[in-house]
Formats: sequence, structure tokens, C-alpha cells
Amino acid sequence: MGYASRMTAPVAHNAEAASADPLIRIRGLSTVLNGKTIFDKVDLDIPRGGVTAVMGPSGTGKTTLMRHITGQLAPDAGEVWVDGRNVVTLDRAALFALREKIGYLFQNSALLTDYSVFENVAFPLRQHLRLPEVVLRNLVLTKLQAVGLRGAVDLMPHELSGGMMRRVALARAIVRDPMLIIYDEPFVGLDPIALNQIVKLIRTLSETLGITSILVAHELSAVRRVADHIYLLAGGKIAAYGTPEELERGDTPWTEQFFTGAADGPVPFQYPAPDYAVELGLAEARR
Amino acid sequence: MAQRQSFQIGTGLFILLGFAALAYLATQTTSVANYSQGDSYMIKARFTNVGQLKLRAPVKIAGVRVGSVAGVVLEPERLDALVTLSIDKRYDKIPDDSAAAVFTSGLLGDQYVALQPGGSPDVFKNGDEVVLTQSSMQLEELIGKYLVGQGDSKPPAGKGDDAKPAAKP
Amino acid sequence: MSTARTSSRFTDALAQIGACGIFLFRIFAAVPRSLRYFKETIRQIWFVGAMSLTIIMTCGLFIGAVLGLQLYDVLSRFGSAAMSGTVVALALYRELGPVVTALLFAGRAGTSITAEVGLMRATDQIAAMEMMAVDPLAYVVAPRFLAGIVAMPALVCIFNALAILGAHVVCVSWLGLDNGTFWSNMTASVDVWTDVINGVWKSVAFGAVCTLIASFQGYTTAPTSEGVAYATTRTVVFSSIATLALDFVMTAFLM
Ligand SMILES: Nc1ncnc2c1ncn2[C@@H]1O[C@H](COP(=O)(O)OP(=O)(O)OP(=O)(O)O)[C@@H](O)[C@H]1O
Ligand SMILES: [Mg+2]
Repeated sequence: MGYASRMTAPVAHNAEAASADPLIRIRGLSTVLNGKTIFDKVDLDIPRGGVTAVMGPSGTGKTTLMRHITGQLAPDAGEVWVDGRNVVTLDRAALFALREKIGYLFQNSALLTDYSVFENVAFPLRQHLRLPEVVLRNLVLTKLQAVGLRGAVDLMPHELSGGMMRRVALARAIVRDPMLIIYDEPFVGLDPIALNQIVKLIRTLSETLGITSILVAHELSAVRRVADHIYLLAGGKIAAYGTPEELERGDTPWTEQFFTGAADGPVPFQYPAPDYAVELGLAEARR
Repeated sequence: MAQRQSFQIGTGLFILLGFAALAYLATQTTSVANYSQGDSYMIKARFTNVGQLKLRAPVKIAGVRVGSVAGVVLEPERLDALVTLSIDKRYDKIPDDSAAAVFTSGLLGDQYVALQPGGSPDVFKNGDEVVLTQSSMQLEELIGKYLVGQGDSKPPAGKGDDAKPAAKP
Repeated sequence: MSTARTSSRFTDALAQIGACGIFLFRIFAAVPRSLRYFKETIRQIWFVGAMSLTIIMTCGLFIGAVLGLQLYDVLSRFGSAAMSGTVVALALYRELGPVVTALLFAGRAGTSITAEVGLMRATDQIAAMEMMAVDPLAYVVAPRFLAGIVAMPALVCIFNALAILGAHVVCVSWLGLDNGTFWSNMTASVDVWTDVINGVWKSVAFGAVCTLIASFQGYTTAPTSEGVAYATTRTVVFSSIATLALDFVMTAFLM
């Protein structure tokens, strides 16, 4: 089976296999940013309950896809169904109601710099629930303990290291036990010990609470341990889909290149650019 | 929590300070400061011409402020200006034959009502009317009269012109 | 060529003004929702207003003193030195107080609003709030806007009071004008409604305009350090222009 046949309808095939009622169902998603096509009629399903990893070369639009799913950015065409509602058509109130059930870990942490670690993690609770101060404190400390930062509870964000910020942001994303958690590169800047703990945490949240997780990450070894399924995005399309084992077999040029890290292959290492030789003024020499 | 509390107290103090400043400006540096603070009583005076006399213009005796102008209206029948003067209760010993005149402070200044005390043993009471009045000097009239050489004639708006018998109610 | 550029800059400016107007309506729409975050408004009044007190009070004192000095000198040439206090008060209440305070406010509080909101935008804090189902217009922008509207009149009154004090010190204690003359001339000519309160209305409008421009520039900044720097500069420039233009319009039509 050549990869051409897999490319034609990989999703339809896998979507059926994954689940009859996926949490997220994306159909015909097309997005153009600054004249660059980010998505070209993408279909994608994310099943309930598991950990789905989204991988792909830098700049393919993984973060953009997450922004579509959460309604931060409207696509140029297509439908984005989350928990039975099309976020493209939702009004502000409905969108906010939906977002209350989504935890989102930003790629650059995005802690509120005015507030201490405690207030940052408590922020979603304070805004939406009227909890007694004791209950709130217990909840926040539990989540901070899970990411190993209970001792940092009174620090301000500028007193934290990059890896600590990511863990605080992670605690904030999971503090309301949402139905869906989106981790945009949670492993960046983590030492091996913290990384190991976070991998376990993501797994635990998914297994014990049945939370659906979307994981955007580049660290193959970590993704292999935590993800049930992997989407490989490249060139505005879904290049591959499957379990980690399936993809690692590398039976398509896409997966093979991605997992071995070769510069040459179907995924260009270069951002689209004019011919290198021409731009350096060497066109003559080249001819 | 304690920090939040101190924000709120500080903000409260700030707003209070703003109001205090406004109150100071409004009461100490404006004409509000001249409004009679205590009780007052009203007397009336008729003039054939009040010139530029405005509401709240001062009423003075011997140059000292004793009250203010509370109203200027045209009386429809006699077609003269009926001016209500509000006098401080403190000054309750003004003889009822005192005369009222509309003067100008300085050559071009604001106009005010001056009371010239008489000698009567009776004093003004609320609602009384000033019998002797002298209208405002009109600068234009003055100049006009002197230009045509009538310097020896009576003052342009003299007492004789204006003094009207009191029509006590 | 240059006309084309001029006209495109002109349309750019128009588009900015239009976007700013739409932003104002969005703030108005967010104000009722922001009442939930009333504490945030209080906190902003503290930052925007109380923290500006030092500069406002110092400048007020000196501006009053220098006005007293100049006017005493000029008016004594016409033999009207007694009117110094009156002219200082009228100039302050009607024009200088609101305008100078607004300019200082734009430099002190406006820039900090722009930088703060701009950095929140640049570091995705605004997006994070949206993701936590908190409306940043109601939580971040509207409290600052309300704080500006509340703080500016208070600052103007405090500025005026200190300026009068400064003028009094110069005219009476230093130049020897009679204390009674100073006050009685002032109280005879200054009216509460047409002078003091009209100045307060002006300051309310200036407070709204300055914080609107500051938060608009911050909210729509390019999410880079350079973008925030430009936005801060634009806040000062646009606030100053808008304040003076609005001052002219309000003076012409309201007073
Ligand atoms: N606001 C924007 N305006 C224009 N283009 C954008 C914008 N945001 C992202 N892009 C473009 O969209 C493409 C995808 O960006 P995105 O952030 O989704 O990449 P990513 O897959 O998350 O990459 P990384 O792994 O490096 O985080 C990039 O090529 C970028 O140039
Ligand atoms: Mg990304």
C-alpha cells in the first residue's frame, strides 16, 4: 500500500475506527493567514477520553488548529464541532460557556503577571465559582502539588523559571477539571524529572478522570509514552494518523522523515522561499 | 487579602481628597463664599433703572457687605425695576428711612446696591420697601450730558427724579 | 506620489479614529459586565489616580506659583495687581487645570495603561483570559476606563486647589498683596457653575478620552516589545492632541 492511497482518505477510515461520537469533529477546515495556506480542507476527529497528540514541523499550524478548536480564530471555511456544537457559529456567551469546560495551556504560559502563583491558579475558580476560601485554597494547593510547585505558592510569575511557569500554567489549565485539556507544548523547558512527572500527570488525568487531552509536542519519546493516537500535520494536510507504534514503523515517507529527522523528504525543512541560489545572486553560476 | 483591603482604603482616601478639594474650591474661592450663610430678611426697592445690576450682587452699608440682591424683576404696571434685597439677620437695626442706590465699584466694575442709613427710630422688617432710591449712573448719559455743556444741571439720575412715595402694603 | 502617501496616511488616521470609536462602544457594552469586577475598578483608581497624586500636586503648586508671579507682574502694570488671584483662579478653573492635568495624566497614567495592557496582549494574557471565559474588555479595559473617568476630576480639583495655594503663597506671602484683597476679588468674580463645575465636566471628558486612547493603543498593539513602545508613544501624542482639540470644542460649545 503506497502512501498515495493512504493520503486520499486516511481520516475517514480512522475516524470510523476511533469513535462513533468524537469529542471534536473537524470537517473541511481551510485557513489562509497572510496569504499562506495553513489548512487545506482538513478533516480530523478527536475521540473522547484519550490522549491525542498533534505533531508536525514547526510552523505547520498546530497552535492555529488549537485556536480554531477553542474559537479564538475563525477559519476561512469548514466546521469545527466540539462536544456537539459548531464553534464557528457560536455567539460569545455560548463560546464562553464552552470554554469554561476547556483547559488550555498556552505555548508561552501566559500567566497573569499581576498575580501571585496562587492567584493565577485560583483565577478561573474565582471568576466562575463562588467557593469558600478554604475549599478554594485546598483545590489550588492540590493542583500545585501535582505539578510539584506547592512551595512556590506565594511567588510572583517574574520570580519563576521558564519551566516553573509552564507547570503553574499547567496547574491553572487543569484546576477546574475540564472535559478537554489542550496542552500546547507542555514539555518545553522541563528537566527530565519534571518532564517525567508531567507525562505521568497527563496520563493520570486522562485515565482516572476520563478527561480528553490534546497534546501538541515535539518530544517523540514523551509523546510515545503518553499518547493514544497521533496526528501528523504537514503542509496544510494530515500527513499521517495512527497509534504511536503504527506511525513509528515509518511506512510512509512523511512518518519516516519526521521520526528520523531527515532534512530531505516530503516535509520541507525550509519555510517557503525563492530559490536559494537566485536569492544569493548566484543564478548565473548555477546555470 | 490584606493588600486588597489597603488598596480600597487608599482609593477611598483619594476620592475623599478629590471631593474635599472640590468643596474647598467651590465654597472658598467662588461667589458661594459671599452668600449669606445665616438667616436673612427681605426688603424691596424700586428703581427706574438698575443698569447692569445682577442677581447676587452685594448690598453694602458704608462699604461693608450686609446682604445680596435676591431678585430683579420689571413691575408690569409701573414699569420700573423691583429689586429684592436679602439682608443678613445680623443687621436688623437699619432705619426704615434709609436710602438705596445702585453704584458701580470703580469706573467700570460690577454694580452693587448701597444703603445710606437714615435717622428714623423704626427699623426695616421683612417685606418693607425702601422709600428713597437712586438709580444706576449710566456712563453714556453722563458723558453725553457733559459733552453738550449741561454741567450745571441736576445730576442725571438724581434723588429728586426718582424718589417716589412709598406705597406701603 | 507624495499626495498618494499623504492620502493613505489620512485614511489610516481615519481608520484609527473609527476603530477607536468602535472600541469605545465595546467598552460601553462591557461596562455593565465589569461591575462584577468592581474591586478591579477600585484597584485601578488607585493605580491611575492616587499614584498620579505626586506629579499632579507638585506641578499644581508650581504652576499656581508661576501664574501668580507672572500675573502679578503683568497686572500691576495696569494697576490691577489686586486682580491677580482672580485671574489665576479663572485661568485655572476654566482651562489650565483640566488641560494640564490631562496632559500630565496622559504621560503618567496613560502610558502605564498602554504598556500594561500592551504587554498583556503581547504575552497572551489577554488570550488566556478569553480562554478562561473571562471577557478582557470587562476585566481589563472597562475598569481602567471607569477609573480614568473617576480619577481625572479628583486630580483636577486637587491640582486647582494646590495651584491656588501656590499663587497665594507667591502673591500674598512673597509679593505682599493683601490677603483680604486676594480672596475677596476672587470670590467676587469666580462663579461655581460656569467656572468650577464646567471645569469638572471638562475633566470628566478628558479622563474618558485619555484612558480610551491609552487602553485602545494597548489593546490593539503589535505583540512585540517594539509594538508596545510605539503604542506608548502614540498614547502620549494622540491623548495630547485629542485633549486640546476636545478642549477647544467644549469651550466653544458648552461655555
Ligand atoms: N496572527 C498571525 N498572522 C499571520 N500569520 C500567522 C499568525 N499566527 C500564525 N501565523 C502563521 O501560521 C503558521 C502556523 O503557525 P502556528 O503557530 O500554528 O505554528 P505551530 O505549528 O504551532 O508551530 P510551533 O511548533 O513552532 O509552535 C506559521 O507559518 C505562522 O507564520
Ligand atoms: Mg505552536
